[in-house]
Amino acid sequence: MKNKIFNSFDEAVAGLPDGSTVMFPGFGGVGLPRNLIAALNRQGAKNLTGISNNAGALDDKIDVGTLVEAGQMKKMICAFTAATHPSRVTPFTRMYNNDEIDAELVPQGTLAERMRAAGAGIGGFYTPSSVGTELAEGKEHREINGRMHVLEHPLFGDYAFIRAWKADTFGNLQFRLTQRNFNVVMAMAATVTIVEVENEIVEAGELDPDHIHVPGIYVDRIVTIPPDGIWY
Amino acid sequence: MAEKPKLERQAMCDRLAMEFQDEWIVNLGVGMPTLCSNYVDPSRDIITHSENGVIGYGPLAEEGKEDGHLVNAGGQFVTAQPGMSILHHADSFAVIRGGMVDVTVMGAYEVAENGDFANWRIPTRKGGGIGGAMDLAACAKRVFIAMEHNTREGGPKLLSRCTLPITAPGVVKLLATDLGLFEITPEGFVLREHAPGWNPEEIQELTEAKLIIPSDLKEFRFRA
Repeated sequence: MKNKIFNSFDEAVAGLPDGSTVMFPGFGGVGLPRNLIAALNRQGAKNLTGISNNAGALDDKIDVGTLVEAGQMKKMICAFTAATHPSRVTPFTRMYNNDEIDAELVPQGTLAERMRAAGAGIGGFYTPSSVGTELAEGKEHREINGRMHVLEHPLFGDYAFIRAWKADTFGNLQFRLTQRNFNVVMAMAATVTIVEVENEIVEAGELDPDHIHVPGIYVDRIVTIPPDGIWY
Repeated sequence: MAEKPKLERQAMCDRLAMEFQDEWIVNLGVGMPTLCSNYVDPSRDIITHSENGVIGYGPLAEEGKEDGHLVNAGGQFVTAQPGMSILHHADSFAVIRGGMVDVTVMGAYEVAENGDFANWRIPTRKGGGIGGAMDLAACAKRVFIAMEHNTREGGPKLLSRCTLPITAPGVVKLLATDLGLFEITPEGFVLREHAPGWNPEEIQELTEAKLIIPSDLKEFRFRA
């Protein structure tokens, strides 16, 4: 069995080239791979495209906004490209307003399903979400069962950074509660999946096969978060 | 002249929550709509859904008792309760698009008499904040809105047509503002209940759209 266990976050992200598309899960800070993001920040890859629910929070924690602020991202694909309140100015907002970073705004359900489609080998799908809004302009429309839909395309990643609760040596993953969020579809939609895990990696066979959220075939590299790592 | 009191946000959200029926699956948007969860009717079981993949979560967690792995759509720590289940994000939106959500409650910048509403983009600012709003608005069985009746500058928000880019066309059914409860019908806004001390003419004066005033107009209902 191929060894997927890496000793450090820095080793796990070492070869990630400039220009890659990287998927970052997380919702409300939960399930967000902060240790891998910190390592990518140290590694310094540039001209990256990020796929994420948002482009960074306002707190001072390490998140996608750290990479945006460091100038490592050339484009963000997210469900929020502006905060709901004008006073909430993130590094992304500042740079986006100055045309220093590009962005694509995607409704959250469409974002998740586009990644699911990529992982599932689906060439596209029709959704009623966004029909009648400016986001649907220019997209192929089709009436299905009496309802108008728009065509959306799959969204692939070169890399997915994953935050899991438990993992085994084969790479099988379990998440806890709302940590699961985008992690599952991102692990499936990316070519290389790198995982930071909150518990000691256990031997293959120790996790119940009926309770695996991401099968190990999707997982390439796993690092256990050390006691002095970023936990929340 | 002292300004007449308007309805509190909690009263507005209470009123919308009174419309939730037994065993409805309810999705509450970030901000004001989360106040709907403070209204509890022991005769009805409400099933909460949050787009980050949790069905059947409980009230907000007390300080010091948060579970770091369990948040709602606003990123607030909530509590687990019996029967709760977890889904990944794509499946959570399958719940939404699949028509399982009985009602979504959201905030808005504008609502129009044809049921259009706008809550994601202001043209003077680059970008937008959609989150799950477009999926929810297009696919939930009902869309309720809770918002202030007028802008901070006093401008109208209940309009004959939206001026801002819309979130979904023709979906809003019920709207609570700080001046009353409004139903959206094929004929337009119907003022169902007025805030105490406000008469229909005064409410119409602060509204750009034409209000229909029914003969059975009532005073706003508060929680018992």
